[in-house]
Amino acid sequence: MTDMPVDETEIIRPPRNQWLDVWDQFKTHKGALMGAAFFILILLAVTLGPLIWSIDPTYIDIRARNQGPSFAHPFGTDQLGRDTLARMIAGGQVSLAVGMTAMALALVLGTFIGVLAGYFKRLDGALMRMTDLFLALPLLPLLLVIIMLFRDSLRSAFGPEGGIFILIVGVIGITSWMQTARIVRGDVLALKEREFVLAARSIGTPAYRMILRHVLPNVLSPIMVSATLGIANAIITESALSFLGLGFPSDFPTWGRLLFDSTDYLQQYPERVLWPGLAISLTVLSVNYIGDGLRDALDPRIRGR
Amino acid sequence: MFDAPPKKLVEVSGLKMHFPIHAGLLQRRVGEVRAVDDVSFDIFEGETLGLVGESGCGKSTCGRAILRLYDITAGSIRIDGEEIGQTSQHALRPRRPKMQMVFQDPQASLNPRMSVARIIGEPLDEHTDLSRPQKLERIYELMDAVGLNRNFANRYPHEFSGGQRQRIGIARALALNPKFIVCDEPIAALDVSIQAQVVNLLEDLQDRFGLTYLFISHDLSMVRHIADRVAVMYLGKVAELAPRDALYATPLHPYTQALLSAVPEPDPSIENRRTHIILTGDVPSPANPPQGCNFCTRCPKVMEMCHHLDPVMREVQPGHFVACHLHDPEHAKTAGQTAAPEATKSIQQGD
Repeated sequence: MTDMPVDETEIIRPPRNQWLDVWDQFKTHKGALMGAAFFILILLAVTLGPLIWSIDPTYIDIRARNQGPSFAHPFGTDQLGRDTLARMIAGGQVSLAVGMTAMALALVLGTFIGVLAGYFKRLDGALMRMTDLFLALPLLPLLLVIIMLFRDSLRSAFGPEGGIFILIVGVIGITSWMQTARIVRGDVLALKEREFVLAARSIGTPAYRMILRHVLPNVLSPIMVSATLGIANAIITESALSFLGLGFPSDFPTWGRLLFDSTDYLQQYPERVLWPGLAISLTVLSVNYIGDGLRDALDPRIRGR
Repeated sequence: MFDAPPKKLVEVSGLKMHFPIHAGLLQRRVGEVRAVDDVSFDIFEGETLGLVGESGCGKSTCGRAILRLYDITAGSIRIDGEEIGQTSQHALRPRRPKMQMVFQDPQASLNPRMSVARIIGEPLDEHTDLSRPQKLERIYELMDAVGLNRNFANRYPHEFSGGQRQRIGIARALALNPKFIVCDEPIAALDVSIQAQVVNLLEDLQDRFGLTYLFISHDLSMVRHIADRVAVMYLGKVAELAPRDALYATPLHPYTQALLSAVPEPDPSIENRRTHIILTGDVPSPANPPQGCNFCTRCPKVMEMCHHLDPVMREVQPGHFVACHLHDPEHAKTAGQTAAPEATKSIQQGD
């Protein structure tokens, strides 16, 4: 076993970059690869799509309203004759941007607060009571107040769409970090008592490096799971906000908006709900698979199996 | 065993580590667990001090407190002439390389997400500014020193057996050329066959690098093998401290006698004739230790005065210390004075 003499002729591999190992493992996860491919496809479609499909999503052609799929309009048109494909592309840009930014914000905030609360005992009480406070806040009145207070100033600073984008991302981020914070805190509390943290302390590792080197990599799995769920949540919340008239203007397409608009015509044109619904669920599914694959790839105990 | 008077590397005196107990609605402090209560001993350079005792007697806490992994309640710790008892963790950082620790559970003491090279290299990252190839060279040297194949550098802890993991832990402890290593039950989680390997490795390393060990264990036979002197702990206090041979030949404290009588004897003819001292009852809670001698609730030779008076550590023979009224020369005199036990308690410090 370990007492084997080291064969000098044997080539000793120098320590390899960890990220190459992670990529090797990620490649073996079929679902994750397909998810990643699909997600990239959607990203390409919404970014490069307008160059190929150049119909203006807000162009109203009242004579062509309520059409089914055809060569002129592959996804059909809506009740005002606007091309659904063009609206899907334009809406996808906004929805994906909102989803990913809001998720990132909630994740950073939740992880930061969770790690601080779990690692530093003095901060635990205060931070967790704040988390409880945010969980207990009634969401709708809060949103109304925030939007009333900040909409106009943000609009004048960043333009109508930019202002609303920042507002919505901020609101979703601020109201959805609490679950992550709680999960992360619980895991950090357990990790802190493990002997390898004690070993690092006996070396004299300062707190911030301890967190970066020993704590964060080991709480990556729950963070990854809440991240993948967070994107879906943010997309849905954004559409709910738009539906209530608190989000983007009503003629501004997002996937959630398209979905809500189409529900009025569910009886007559059921295929119209299909496109935004499919886009949201497939995006969420692909992100979930990517997260699954990443989580496995980042865990050396699963890697190489 | 030494020609010149050996140098004291570690001097511990009056070490106390009390953990507060909070209870109630307002989380008020209602008491404390006296995990280590007034422990004093010295460790000479190059020797191995064995620290034995049953589970929960404060051995591990004592070892960790000496390395200042806890903020101690009271006492003084001097390592290599430097007082570190009350130093802040920040000021301790430059002194950390001198003192290192090998942990009990090799599985839990290695970060599962770090490769062996990174684990062994972590102390180097923290305390040296070696270049990448120099660091790698040092890591390989350490892996050779503990008998690990260099090709294992890329692997992760879960891919190793218990003994190999413990070698990784030892290599990490050696990385900064420490003088003093606390071995916190390094063999308790290993198979018997691997235990011998790890203990022999520790002895080899001691010879090669001139290390000083505090070897914490509950395995008396293993301590007899590796230690030069042995301290026996019971309920947060040192009951007896003696050179190894003296302790195993003539244990003076009734607790040590009971412990040693529990060690199995390989010769069946002796084993059958030998009488075991069987202690009754459980170890009292360190949150609520008994009045007087800590051992008075279970001691087979308990006397009236043991219930009032805390025994002092005394040097009964050269180098052989014991805290027991049986070996108290003033035994007869103090036996009458049952009054005012509290007054005498406070001045009984150290040895």
